[in-house]
Amino acid sequence: MMFSVAAAGVIVTMVLAIVRAFYGPTVYDRILAVNVFGTLSVMIIAIYGFVDDRPEFLDLAIVYALINFIGTIAVAKYVTFNDMGHGDDGDPAGDI
Amino acid sequence: MQMALDIASWALILGGIAFCLIGGYGLLKLKDMYARLHAASLIDTLGVGLVFVGLMLQAGWTLVTVKLFLILIFIFFTSPTATHALAKSALNHDVLPDVDTEEERDMVRAGRTPGSGGEL
Repeated sequence: MMFSVAAAGVIVTMVLAIVRAFYGPTVYDRILAVNVFGTLSVMIIAIYGFVDDRPEFLDLAIVYALINFIGTIAVAKYVTFNDMGHGDDGDPAGDI
Repeated sequence: MQMALDIASWALILGGIAFCLIGGYGLLKLKDMYARLHAASLIDTLGVGLVFVGLMLQAGWTLVTVKLFLILIFIFFTSPTATHALAKSALNHDVLPDVDTEEERDMVRAGRTPGSGGEL
């Protein structure tokens, strides 16, 4: 019961994030919405592991968390520079 | 003891879900991209944090708790990093915050990060 309620809330929030990804006026709104959707996917995979009593799902959640972060950074860099291998141009703060 | 743990889990999970729903609502409702970043960080910090602590209480002292803790720490560090990268690349891409007066708009333009603005 507890885990089903949690899963329902996460799914509702995922729908809200998808709506923002469709309507977001700039590409950054869409990246943000997809980043939030990825975080919510991590949550729902972990919760499903508890619902089904299969703790192996937590390993999948770890992998999703890693891929979500790398994907967000990569897409943000690609839309900024049109190039995945762009350097930092001597900026001490880095490229993006 | 089990009863107390269940009540604490319910409270934490319902709190985390409430933060998730408020963040999702803000993601739709707030008016510019930088304001929406705040709504998204609400989901990434307190939403995930409270729900995962509630799950940890259900799991007890097992490997499951360790894995949940690892995911929590990872999200805790990477989510502000991703938010910062997104905000910086949006600012360099001429997505200006939705401010009220021309004066504030000039301040936003003047405070832009130097160096990487011209190569878009």
